[in-house]
Amino acid sequence: MTDKQKHATAYWKENLKYLIILLSIWFLVSYGAGILFKDALNNVRLGGFKLGFWFAQQGSIYVFVILIFVYVRLMNKLDKKYGFDE
Amino acid sequence: MSVQVWTWILVGITFSLYFGIAIWARAGSTKEFYVAGGGVSPLANGMATAADWMSAASFISMAGLISFMGYDGSVFLMGWTGGYVLLALLLAPYLRKFGKFTVPDFIGDRYYSNTARTVAVICALIVSFTYVAGQMRGVGIVFSQFLQVPINLGVTIGMFVVLVFAFLGGMKGITYTQVAQYCVLIFAFMVPAIFISIQMTGNPIPQIGMGGKVEGGAFLLDKLDALHTQLGFNEYTSGTKSTWDVFAITLALMVGTAGLPHVIVRFFTVPKVKDARKSAGLALLFIAILYTTAPAIAVFARTNLIETVNNKEYSEIPEWFKNWENTGLIAWADKNNDGKIQYVNGSAVAGKKPIYTDARGEHGQRSISNANDSNNELYVDRDIMVLANPEIANLPNWVIALVAAGGLAAALSTAAGLLLVISTSISHDLIKKQIKPDISEKGELLAARIAIFVAIIIAGLFGIYPPGFVAAVVALAFGLAAASFFPAIILGIFDKRMNNYGAVAGMIVGITLMLFYMIRYKTGLIGVMDPRPASEWWFGTSPEGFGTIAMIVNVIVSVVVSRMTPAPPQHVQEIVEHIRIPSDAGEATHH
Repeated sequence: MTDKQKHATAYWKENLKYLIILLSIWFLVSYGAGILFKDALNNVRLGGFKLGFWFAQQGSIYVFVILIFVYVRLMNKLDKKYGFDE
Repeated sequence: MSVQVWTWILVGITFSLYFGIAIWARAGSTKEFYVAGGGVSPLANGMATAADWMSAASFISMAGLISFMGYDGSVFLMGWTGGYVLLALLLAPYLRKFGKFTVPDFIGDRYYSNTARTVAVICALIVSFTYVAGQMRGVGIVFSQFLQVPINLGVTIGMFVVLVFAFLGGMKGITYTQVAQYCVLIFAFMVPAIFISIQMTGNPIPQIGMGGKVEGGAFLLDKLDALHTQLGFNEYTSGTKSTWDVFAITLALMVGTAGLPHVIVRFFTVPKVKDARKSAGLALLFIAILYTTAPAIAVFARTNLIETVNNKEYSEIPEWFKNWENTGLIAWADKNNDGKIQYVNGSAVAGKKPIYTDARGEHGQRSISNANDSNNELYVDRDIMVLANPEIANLPNWVIALVAAGGLAAALSTAAGLLLVISTSISHDLIKKQIKPDISEKGELLAARIAIFVAIIIAGLFGIYPPGFVAAVVALAFGLAAASFFPAIILGIFDKRMNNYGAVAGMIVGITLMLFYMIRYKTGLIGVMDPRPASEWWFGTSPEGFGTIAMIVNVIVSVVVSRMTPAPPQHVQEIVEHIRIPSDAGEATHH
């Protein structure tokens, strides 16, 4: 295995780790807070919003945007670390 | 100035702008025509993707749907934004690295088979035509409401405009027009929202106003919940769909978003892998501005509607009510003969839509022949909420006109993106890659232009003879994309062992199953079969949510079949290795 291949394998592993973490958050805010646990969360209030409803119609979307930008940062760093940046 | 004059002025200005850009951004090569030369900046691509993405359904129908669905409307909000996370993390960077022109290109090369390519082309055509039908209809609705032009003439004008910039500029023309269209549509969406938010809650930010207090000190949402309960509706913040169905629809929409060819192809237009990731983030940011405002508009509009019409004398009702009544999107039947409008839970008419007679009732309302005996006297078409909202809230005429220009921008930008996918599928994936590989660059460009012309005609016919509700039809396109492309692309990147047999079997089973379910439970077959009732849905899954099940079936079929057949050849496994790392992306090329 050449150095480049080793780098590629290690790079891919770290990439998958990031994906699992970020997609877990993606699942938790939308399917978790916005759908499955909505009724329980609705007992908590965020100003005029019931929390479950807020996650379903507002919060999950804000988190989605943040997730992608976090991913962009993480991957830019990862590209540099393994010399795959352009 | 009247609304109509304002509308002509604003529509005129924005259309001239689009024409100007189209002439400036003419495409000279297939690469410019297909992927805008591959040199679009992430920021421009983000805006173009957002405009491409936000359709007539997002702009015109979505807030209205949410307004009537309450919590259940969340499926659209989460479903149509969460897909971008999948797109950014699982698809865009790798497809950009792969660096071809189209989704069938990827499927054809990754699965080393022209069968796979052909199946992908057919899926792309089915998805795109389903989707584009709704757009042309949206154009027609806007024209007819604001400019008093018949719907069919409106559709024809829309076709002509799209034709000019798509035909001349291909992806290049479309991209830069879409940047302009994004600016128009987001401005048009936000201005009335901000006005109404200040009016109702004193807060200029609709996202916060939605959770704010109204006059009298109660929270707006609590007040709306109370109004709903009082009139026999479910609480606005609770909804009526089962948790499973909400889950399934949301997932089908998310996965479908990430599998839509006209969205994916946008990420072929940026220079580098890094740019693909970044522009996915920017696209979602631009989309989120509209998508977090829409639920606020829904709440404002719902409250306003109930307060303005319920238990009010018809003779004192504002002018907008009668205008929309005249266009057939509002109907009132004075069932208890008190001259007041009673708006409570339940359908006011037998069947789906009111059937008007030529006669006028004693208060001057349009008589309908199919009023039923429920206590609800009011029929309101959901599609009008965004369009009528500024009128209901008494906003200035130029704001109302602005909404018309924004609705047109949204519908036209999406239609153009879809038509490009359709024409590319034919000129590149079918003609260049299969039927006539030795075709010249010029010949291919001509074929692309002819294909786009034909596609526009067909799309226009769909718009004139629409297959139903704008948003409902669009929602089904997502099920189709979820059931076909998404698994094939994801498995192609993340499962090196996936081979052509698995992917082709999966796509065919997935899209067939989805089409079957859609026809059986949603659309029916005209003259042969009516849709079956909801009580027969499989596992209580609505047709809109069935894409989730069809996708899972696709994945299972793909994996099982691929493991029972030979592994893909070495050079294909190398392609997979190659697309997983971002360097040496190269430019989008033919070979």
